Amino acid sequence: MVNTQKTLLTDDMYCLGIESTADDFGVGIARSNGEILANAIESYVPLEGGIHPREAARHHAEVANKTFLQALTIAKIKPKDITAIAFSMGPGLGPCLRTGATVARTLAAYLQIPLIGVNHSIAHIEIGKLETGVTDPVTLYASGGNTMVTAFESKRYRVFGETLDIALGNCLDVFGRQVGLKSQKGLPLGAAIEQLALRGKALIKLPYVVKGMDLSLSGLLTSAVTQFQRGKYSLEDVCYSLQEHAFSMVTEVTERALAHTEKSEMLLTGGVAANKRLQVMLNAVAEEHGAKFNVVPKKFATDNGAMIAWTGILAYRHGIVTPIDESYVKLRWRVDRADVPWIN
Amino acid sequence: MDKLEQPVLLKKGAEANLYLTSWHGKKAVIKSRKQKKYRPEALDMQIRSYRTAHEAQLLHQAKISGVKTPLVYMVNVAEASIIMEYIQGVQVKQYINTVSKGERERICLKIGQLIGKLHRENLIHGDLTTSNMILDEQGTNFLVDFGLGEKNVELEAKGVDLHLLKRALQSTHFTFWEECFKAILSGYSSILGDKFTEKVYEKTREIERRGRYVEERRQ
Repeated sequence: MVNTQKTLLTDDMYCLGIESTADDFGVGIARSNGEILANAIESYVPLEGGIHPREAARHHAEVANKTFLQALTIAKIKPKDITAIAFSMGPGLGPCLRTGATVARTLAAYLQIPLIGVNHSIAHIEIGKLETGVTDPVTLYASGGNTMVTAFESKRYRVFGETLDIALGNCLDVFGRQVGLKSQKGLPLGAAIEQLALRGKALIKLPYVVKGMDLSLSGLLTSAVTQFQRGKYSLEDVCYSLQEHAFSMVTEVTERALAHTEKSEMLLTGGVAANKRLQVMLNAVAEEHGAKFNVVPKKFATDNGAMIAWTGILAYRHGIVTPIDESYVKLRWRVDRADVPWIN
Repeated sequence: MDKLEQPVLLKKGAEANLYLTSWHGKKAVIKSRKQKKYRPEALDMQIRSYRTAHEAQLLHQAKISGVKTPLVYMVNVAEASIIMEYIQGVQVKQYINTVSKGERERICLKIGQLIGKLHRENLIHGDLTTSNMILDEQGTNFLVDFGLGEKNVELEAKGVDLHLLKRALQSTHFTFWEECFKAILSGYSSILGDKFTEKVYEKTREIERRGRYVEERRQ
């Protein structure tokens, strides 16, 4: 990424953002005043098992045109009104990222407008800040592919804690599949687990692994599946125990980051943000530290194009433009490696 | 026995509160692990009492390994509290931000040696950060906060210990973390030898590669 100009102050601009890091293909349109004009999304639903990257990429290629046109219709704008094209440059699944990047490059080249590569994780935080009004939060970003606690410190979003192995959403998802839960209406299995957990009573002893500010969920997953397969406990009890352990771990790590940074805001985002039990736990911690707890609205908490569009605006206004020949996707682009010149 | 003075809150941490008190006329600290309302009581009690008991044991074992830690005066597992020696001094976290490059390197070398001594006895600190290191008035480096520690012979545990320290340096001392970590490794190897240090650090790298979105992981 290169800085072509110090600051680009376009009075009014529309940015179209393309999201395609995993199973969702999203096209969002944001305006520089913070309005989200469109947030069209098409999700790939695997016939069985988890996300197959190549299959997901094929899905994205198939729906790209439709989703793009849908976004324009909802936003009531024409292609010529678009000032810049932003896309999820990483982190994510290679084939999926490349599909989105190809669409973005094509649009930018055809419309002869700038292209902006956006860090997907940072987009989650930025849309959260826009939608909830927080300015400098400790953020827990928990989804199918990510579990990290970040906060802004000296020029970058720093990672204070993260999973050492699998992500929280992944843990719930795999558990759900292993115990035979079926997805309903494209909802992640975490939603089904949440419902079952409400009826759980017995707290089964499972691994609780916090290492410094990091955590590990793979042992917990294996152990929860094993406990269920042994047949001694009801599925409700295992779901309850799994949630209590996993959420306590992420909450503990988030609390450590909050105490360490002494920030006064907490933000929860990512697909798992929809879970009410997790919200309650984090809220309790925020209250104890006198911090304000915020959850990103569901449609902006899961992967979406609007967050990419909005982050594209922030980046573009601070001179970030990605030349097409440097627009390679970055599969493992960490938040702490991305410039965020719009924050001071 | 002296009467315990009314404890004064020293620091409100994420996990525990520290209170200043006196113990037989000496300044002492009460480390009290707070009840966490967000998690179920049974789980909470299990975590707090386990960490309290472990911390007390490890503080003691660390001393035997040659690492200075506060003296433990009393442990109350049921209430998840420990009364221990008060160390008058400054956190390394603050100290290394204010000193010269040379002094920073000296301190980091020393830190590496302390970790090496712990690891030589298979003692894992579990939460190595510069806030958990205190320099007393004589310049002696104390390690505190062993609540997440354990005794573990596996290479993995030592690798994680170094990984956590590296991560803590990266997020807290981002401008000079690399030179600090380098000095720490060289202090570590002065205790455990180059070969073993390379083995542990290779493990650390492996642990990091396991994580998501690590650039050096093969793509």
